[in-house]
Amino acid sequence: FTKRKLDAESLDDLEDILIQADLGLAAATRIREAIGRGRYEKGIDPEAVKAVLADEVERALAPVARPLTIDPTKRPFVVLVVGVNGSGKTTTIGKLAAKLRGEGKTIVLAAGDTFRAAAIEQARVWARRTGSDLVERDQGADAAGLAFDALTRARELHADVVLMDTAGRLQNRAELMSELEKIIRVMKKVDPEAPHATLLVLDATVGQNALSQVEIFGRIAGVTGLVMTKLDGTARGGILVAIADKFALPVHFIGVGEGVDDLEPFAARDFAEAIAGIERADKAQ
Amino acid sequence: MFESLSEKLSGILDKLTGRGALSEEDVNAAMREVRRALLEADVALEVVRSFVDRTRTRAIGAAVIKSVKPGQMVVKIVHDSLVETLGRESQAIDLNAPAPVAIMLVGLQGAGKTTTAAKIAKRLAERDRRKVLMASLDVKRPAAQEQLAILGRQVGVDTLPIIPGQDPVEIARRAEAAARLQGYDVVLLDTAGRTHVDEPLMEEMAQIRDAAHPHEVLLVADALTGQDAVNLAKSFNERVGLTGIVLTRMDGDGRGGAALSMRAVTGKPIKLLGVGEKMDAVEDFHPSRLADRILGM
Ligand SMILES: Nc1nc2c(ncn2[C@@H]2O[C@H](COP(=O)(O)OP(=O)(O)OP(=O)(O)O)[C@@H](O)[C@H]2O)c(=O)[nH]1
Ligand SMILES: Nc1nc2c(ncn2[C@@H]2O[C@H](COP(=O)(O)OP(=O)(O)OP(=O)(O)O)[C@@H](O)[C@H]2O)c(=O)[nH]1
Ligand SMILES: [K+]
Ligand SMILES: [Mg+2]
Ligand SMILES: [Mg+2]
Repeated sequence: FTKRKLDAESLDDLEDILIQADLGLAAATRIREAIGRGRYEKGIDPEAVKAVLADEVERALAPVARPLTIDPTKRPFVVLVVGVNGSGKTTTIGKLAAKLRGEGKTIVLAAGDTFRAAAIEQARVWARRTGSDLVERDQGADAAGLAFDALTRARELHADVVLMDTAGRLQNRAELMSELEKIIRVMKKVDPEAPHATLLVLDATVGQNALSQVEIFGRIAGVTGLVMTKLDGTARGGILVAIADKFALPVHFIGVGEGVDDLEPFAARDFAEAIAGIERADKAQ
Repeated sequence: MFESLSEKLSGILDKLTGRGALSEEDVNAAMREVRRALLEADVALEVVRSFVDRTRTRAIGAAVIKSVKPGQMVVKIVHDSLVETLGRESQAIDLNAPAPVAIMLVGLQGAGKTTTAAKIAKRLAERDRRKVLMASLDVKRPAAQEQLAILGRQVGVDTLPIIPGQDPVEIARRAEAAARLQGYDVVLLDTAGRTHVDEPLMEEMAQIRDAAHPHEVLLVADALTGQDAVNLAKSFNERVGLTGIVLTRMDGDGRGGAALSMRAVTGKPIKLLGVGEKMDAVEDFHPSRLADRILGM
């Protein structure tokens, strides 16, 4: 190994890695400075540099790596799933249903995307795959009305969990965002504490716009936690670091494929190592 | 959220007066802000670098005219370079080939391929009076073929009847034969979403292309894409040879820097923009407007 000092040039290289992982300039600069303040004058080998980088990223993410806990005293425990178009909401609900079914819970899946073509059929397939009860209405029906149906039905069935899908919507579309508020209002008519969790599904390939998604969905729908999908591609999802810096929202899961089992708990260390470019032993061939 | 580049550059450069040309030092200071603005707009780092280098060379020594503020001048140089990189003029979908002309849509999961297929079909049918057939080659995503069939009914465009159990290459062949026998002008092929590191699916995509001989292969990509834009555009281009790019979700509040990244690394034109979920929410691409948007103007 040629040990070298962490000089300005090598810190530039680290900052580049972070920018390419979508941390954005503010978070990348902050981490670069944190590393620069460390005592590495004696020199450090290239592998150790990556580890230092991973340490610093992990430090930002560890506080937000928190599992989704289903409080059994809230029955049904209502999970509302929101996000922009195509981020992976419906698929994540399918995967989550499978996970909860595996823990012996009974699920009502609410096909709340009454807008997109074949969204209901898609939800139906996931309900069948996971042995969940599906509550649906016709395409074009009021999503808030469907939320009411789903919560009522879940009570009748004594189901443990309601997973409510919603149509994709861009956060800058005010009329679509107020539709979300209406869904939540109607849920509260059945259960004043519902939804017990509101998950925002973020696509890892999205860049800086994810910050605006978290901010606006957070403000309007009261997001309680995040799921990041599509980490099986080459996107690193480093925007989560900027999001952790700014919003400190829990990150519950990551999506790593289209299959029913492709949902993993969010692990800060693994995520940080992927950003730093450290191969995980169990993943590397 | 973003302080516009013009304001920043005015702050840096407008104190210069009475000098004949922009010095290297002035331009370097300005280019640091340009770099920052492009990165905030999600332009990929490698594209930012080469863009900034090119623009720097152009700006150094540019004559400062009395009537124009130096900050504004640099903004104009940057804007012009952006437009140049983005491709100056809009390019339409090319149907100049023997019928049936096949158009294949490819891209990552959830990018907007199926929606875009129906939007393009509607446009070609209504505006260009073409007889269009759509076929879904997505046997993977739940209800993907039904989605296209429903959209086809919505826009009044035929879809290839669904035969369960066929693989994508078989469906592509069947679509081509149906289009030929039934006198369609255009056949639109919607494919399953795939990540560019999924080797079996990338191979499948190449096989579909070989079977369908598409005249246009369009990469459908999310305008909100971050730094990954370069990887994905490069990989899809290498594997199937793209002829153009469609950017979806331009109705979002993103800055759209991914467009510059994808155009720069593939050299392929941006042909259309998706601006909503409705079937007429599709627009031609205007490089100058996108340049404004990337710069936050
Ligand atoms: N590779 C990969 N694909 C995923 C993942 N999660 C979802 N997808 C795919 O992404 C596409 C969109 O997923 P959906 O679940 O339909 O997304 P959505 O947010 O419900 O979409 P809309 O309802 O249209 O807004 C589908 O092709 C999914 O199979 C993931 O973790 N990895
Ligand atoms: N706001 C907005 N939404 C869009 C646009 N284009 C597509 N969508 C939405 O994005 C989501 C995904 O679109 P699809 O057409 O299903 O995407 P796809 O690429 O076919 O997805 P897969 O087949 O799962 O890979 C849907 O909710 C669409 O309505 C657009 O330009 N703007
Ligand atoms: K990854
Ligand atoms: Mg959905
Ligand atoms: Mg599709």
